[in-house]
Amino acid sequence: MQASMIASTATQARKLSTEEIKEIEHEMQLYPDKQAVGLEALKIVQKYQGWVSDESLLGISKFLDIPVSDLESVATFFNLVYRQPVGRNVILFCNSVSCWIMGSESMRSHINGKLDIDFGGTTDNGDFTFLPVPCLGDCDHAPVMMVGDDLHRNLTEEKLDKIFSEYKSKE
Amino acid sequence: MVTKPLTKNIDMSRPPLDIAAYEASDGYQSVKAIADGLSPDNVMQIVKDSGLKGRGGAGFPTGLKWSFVPRGDSAPKQKYFVVNADEMEPGTFKDRLLMEGDPHLLIEGMIIGAYTIQASTAYIFLRGEYKVSENALKNAIAEAYERGYLGKNIQGTGFDLDIILHTSAGRYICGEETALLNALEGKRANPRAKPPFPQVSGLWGKPTIVNNVETICNLPGILTYGVDWYHGLTKGNDHGTKLFGISGKVKTPGCWELPLGLPIRQLIEEYGGGMRDGLELRAFLPGGGSTDFMLPEHLDLKLDYDEIAKAGSRLATGTMILLDNETCPVGMVGNLMKFFSHESCGFCTPCRDGLPWVDEIFNEFERGCGTEKDLQILHEHVDYLGPGRTFCALAPGATAPLGSGLKYFADDFDRHIKEKRCPYRH
Repeated sequence: MQASMIASTATQARKLSTEEIKEIEHEMQLYPDKQAVGLEALKIVQKYQGWVSDESLLGISKFLDIPVSDLESVATFFNLVYRQPVGRNVILFCNSVSCWIMGSESMRSHINGKLDIDFGGTTDNGDFTFLPVPCLGDCDHAPVMMVGDDLHRNLTEEKLDKIFSEYKSKE
Repeated sequence: MVTKPLTKNIDMSRPPLDIAAYEASDGYQSVKAIADGLSPDNVMQIVKDSGLKGRGGAGFPTGLKWSFVPRGDSAPKQKYFVVNADEMEPGTFKDRLLMEGDPHLLIEGMIIGAYTIQASTAYIFLRGEYKVSENALKNAIAEAYERGYLGKNIQGTGFDLDIILHTSAGRYICGEETALLNALEGKRANPRAKPPFPQVSGLWGKPTIVNNVETICNLPGILTYGVDWYHGLTKGNDHGTKLFGISGKVKTPGCWELPLGLPIRQLIEEYGGGMRDGLELRAFLPGGGSTDFMLPEHLDLKLDYDEIAKAGSRLATGTMILLDNETCPVGMVGNLMKFFSHESCGFCTPCRDGLPWVDEIFNEFERGCGTEKDLQILHEHVDYLGPGRTFCALAPGATAPLGSGLKYFADDFDRHIKEKRCPYRH
């Protein structure tokens, strides 16, 4: 892990795409300085690239003229900024208290068995990455999870099977 | 008479009201009152008189908070009004309802708040995961600009306001107002030292008010229907209505707007439908993950800030998490500790190192390896991580369920040690 992270340290910045630059420049109008746009820029790049590579990080740093260390301290802080590649669909699985009471652990085991991944893992075919997320704020429908932007409520094993088969058939 | 000012327009089976329908339901009346001559000082006095307390968790009087913002000619010209919509307290799902259900109510409230402190820019700091809220707010903001409730010279008042929707990327600590400000400035979201308080030196060093979504949603009603009406809503000592929620193994979990001051029992039995058949209520957290456990013996207390405080806990967010007699209390506290440990920003030592230690000990209990010594370490951490020991309120928040859990569930901790397993697992 350590070695691969060191080996991947970029020396070359990726040139941001026209779409990325357009969206970042839009955000720049909403804040009084460039530093404030850092997180927005990370999210924009992630939207297009799927994750934030070292090369992208350098690219944003150069574009916004903010130190790469500052940007990295933000990128590593937030749960939803991915500094490693993720699957086509990210499962954000609520592991907080209300969902736990309502049986999220057995849902987790079911996903674990079905997709053969646990928290932090990505399926071999790159379809799904499975991540825990703090309370999703939908506790009266626990257990819940998000797949991409979609919220799925009142999870059961049958529901999970259906959800995953639907995401598969979309592709 | 309006009895549910926060949710009167909310029906989750249909999209939220558009601006015309919202206006027809007494919406944006407060902006018209401002246009008719209500001064910022008038509004501040009305909000002070209303007795509104912050609905985000701390329960601080809103009018008093606003009054700390410098006013007059010598005050900085640029001020900011910020909405804390980073709802992430475990077991809390109330602001989502307001934003998805009636986004114009929040915008109207923001206009009132920003006008009172004379801020021409307002940010909504929204949780990144709240995609439905994001879309509802985006649409409502666009409508409000179109109809002249936002932008320059709002409804001829001479007051300008821009609202900017900021979506975050998921960290609980951003709910702490100074961490939120750092996050908005694009910095790592560690909390700041206080003083200076944000009201004096906040976002980019300018006077800033940060209010919770539900707090702000109280404002339109107060201005439109008046203080006397607002005082008439309550059944207790605190004023107004509040969103209350129940999660856990009740028959009908949900979120409802109710007068403050109803007995806890009524909320659980009448609205939550009581416990599921065959289960008994063991304990509950009255207002999210960082409140102290309460017991069935407390059920006749009123849902009121002061009354819950007398029982050693906090009303906080008003969204209850119920523990039943077949769910392991040690596991429940352990789950909360994992959350707090994960969400520590890592800035101060007791929190950064103490919470993972506590979490690891709960893992030991889960594995059946917990010892008397471990139990003693947990007890010590209630003090080591408590109020005054840390830089912000995150770790003290964790000690609320930890300390009360150790006290109320002592037998369960003992059984885990003696039986070398979780006795609730079959």
